[in-house]
Amino acid sequence: MTTGFCRDCLSDAPDAKTRCPVCGSPRLVRHGEIEQLAIAHVDCDAFYATIEKRDNPTLADQPLIIGGGRRGVVSTACYLARTFGVRSAMPMFEARRLCPQAAIVAPNMSKYVAVAREVRRLMFDLTPQVEPVSIDEAFMDLSGTTRLHGMAPARSLARFAREVEAQLGITVSIGLSCNKFLAKIASDLDKPRGFAVLGQNDALAFLASKPVSLIFGVGRVAQTRLANDGFHKIADLQKADETDLMRRYGTEGQRLWRLARGIDHREIVPDRDAKSISSETTFNDDIADLRPLEKTLWSLSEKVSARLKAKALAGSTITLKLKSNDFRLRTRSRSLDNPTQLAGRIYAAGHDLLAREIDGTRYRLVGIGVAALASEENADPADLIDVHASRDAAAERALDKLRERFGKTAVIKGLGLDSEDT
Amino acid sequence: MKVTVERAQLLKSLGHVHRVVERRNTIPILANVLIRAEKSKLGLKATDLDLEVNETIPAEVAPGGSTTVPAHMIYEIVRKLPDGAQVVLEASGDRAVLTIRAGRSRFTLQTLPESDFPDLNAGDMTHKFTLPASDLKRMIDKTQFAISTEETRYYLNGIYLHTATTGKTETLRAVATDGHRLAQYEIGLPSGAKGMPGVIIPRKTVGEVQRLIEDNDAEIGIELSQAKIRFTIGDVVLTSKLIDGTFPDYARVIPLGNDKELKVDKSEFEHAVDRVSTVSSERGRAVKLSLTGGKLTLSVTNPDSGSATEEIEVEYDSDPLDIGFNSRYLLDIASQIEGETALLKLSDPGSPTLIQDKEAKGALYVLMPMRV
Repeated sequence: MTTGFCRDCLSDAPDAKTRCPVCGSPRLVRHGEIEQLAIAHVDCDAFYATIEKRDNPTLADQPLIIGGGRRGVVSTACYLARTFGVRSAMPMFEARRLCPQAAIVAPNMSKYVAVAREVRRLMFDLTPQVEPVSIDEAFMDLSGTTRLHGMAPARSLARFAREVEAQLGITVSIGLSCNKFLAKIASDLDKPRGFAVLGQNDALAFLASKPVSLIFGVGRVAQTRLANDGFHKIADLQKADETDLMRRYGTEGQRLWRLARGIDHREIVPDRDAKSISSETTFNDDIADLRPLEKTLWSLSEKVSARLKAKALAGSTITLKLKSNDFRLRTRSRSLDNPTQLAGRIYAAGHDLLAREIDGTRYRLVGIGVAALASEENADPADLIDVHASRDAAAERALDKLRERFGKTAVIKGLGLDSEDT
Repeated sequence: MKVTVERAQLLKSLGHVHRVVERRNTIPILANVLIRAEKSKLGLKATDLDLEVNETIPAEVAPGGSTTVPAHMIYEIVRKLPDGAQVVLEASGDRAVLTIRAGRSRFTLQTLPESDFPDLNAGDMTHKFTLPASDLKRMIDKTQFAISTEETRYYLNGIYLHTATTGKTETLRAVATDGHRLAQYEIGLPSGAKGMPGVIIPRKTVGEVQRLIEDNDAEIGIELSQAKIRFTIGDVVLTSKLIDGTFPDYARVIPLGNDKELKVDKSEFEHAVDRVSTVSSERGRAVKLSLTGGKLTLSVTNPDSGSATEEIEVEYDSDPLDIGFNSRYLLDIASQIEGETALLKLSDPGSPTLIQDKEAKGALYVLMPMRV
């Protein structure tokens, strides 16, 4: 049994060779436990930026920042831009100052969501045990897939990375280990286009020199508290007594003690059932008037409705979310007698709530969500009183069919049209 | 102001009025009850600005006066005082407190001035009539469950009380619906109600009136106008705003032409629906009624847990029919049927069903089917 292989052609890589004897590639991966490890963390490299560079090759060789609008922050910086110090979540003006020559592209979320869905589809080809963490990263559990795929999880993952590149034109970094905690750390070790393996046996030594903040859930506050108690490096936690840590920090103490040793028993939970489905948008300019707000509310309601319909879900709690220009959040909810998935009903409830909040306050964000989700089978029942209800519902479903065939913009409700367009 | 009153009497009255006071209030005075003492009478009043309850009880008063104190707190105090105690309420002119004394207990509560207490300006009432308490109670019992809670259709958030004609009889009719079921109950038109406007009585008011009716043999006085309604129930006077909206034309949804008649033993039916609906998980899961010959099969299928069926012997001669209903709605209606037999008039799986009560002639229910 070998302990390594070539990531490009998947053939065995004999020890002591620096290049693959079959294809000549230097991208070899070796590890003592490589045939056994099955928990992976997959992270797309500079996801939004990579997609934009893929779609516009002229951007390929220049620093690229994906960030939105006038008041936005950096969503993603490509690796080139990162060398200038540009980071995600940094205010745009600062990013521009650090890297004035960078190309700036506004995010195109629907495109990224589509690519992410493709990546996920390829993941599901490997295992149903996929736990998405965000749009561009996920945990995967490939235990027991060796016979199915005719190769160990490590090779399946290398082949997956190759397919993502070939089919989707983006790159991923993979961390392979025995649990989620170590897999996540591993995926950060070799980026971009990386493949890092961290075995249970490496954990103690590898973690020892790292700061405690590497452990997820240890933020600034916890870090200060741990530092005050003499825990700076993970090594300090490794030396501590489990009971003593539990006495100090309760169950969190036990968690720290275990993670410091690379012990993590959390399971991979495939796609959790959504609790609510919502959509929101931040305006370029704050808005106080009902008319433009209701227009946005309509298009958001349509979006939420489309997502509910796609998942065959309906919900009976409608929540309106507003953020005023002083960043105060207002949420207003309303319960419906029966769950709905229709844009018309979502909008009607949301509009009712919105109308009451029009008091001169200028809003920077509006959103609408549907919660208390259930299957669509009991949704939107026929109504005794509202004779138009079933007709409106039928009309909406007919529009959905048209859009399915002729594209999203084939039919637009008058409310959603810009007045300037007409 | 100094009032001496029997604890039991005070408790009963506070029990009536304090319920109107909302637990959470943004306007401080609305959390208070108004206490007004004059000429051997103690008046208590509470309001939420939509609804106002007023009760007057005999008391020893010397001197008279008025003030307001937190309603729930004074109710709790009086409730915890020993039975049979004499309660003394005393407010001095210069300090904004009310002292409550009974036996060796002594409480002082902060007051707010009486002048701040809002008055639900009732205006002139245009119509006035009386109803036997039992009639009004039945009218509420049989329709209340169908009141909608959906705020978007605020005009359905109450009982629509109006005059109607059934056959050649003029009636006073109550209707409530939430769009999925409709309940109607009517009685002969009392004199004085002729020509009254149709009014929508809000859900909270309906609930309070129902609770205030303690004596079924009493006569309840009702006065109303376009905007307000007032109930006089013994010593209690409840005045309420009405819902400012138009109740939809419900008559056209009552399917009087349905020709498939099903007669079923009410309690057998109720228990069977209750039993089979146990396996349904999500709120409002449908129960399927399959009718062939003299047999009704009730069934529920829940993909997550299992299924249930039950057969009942019924009277049914029409063509076989499969139809689904929300089990909760069926149970709500079944529990209102007074007679031994429920009569269901069906049409098809997509159209409303009419349910009648052989004993309670004035009652009628309409239920929208569900997809099964």
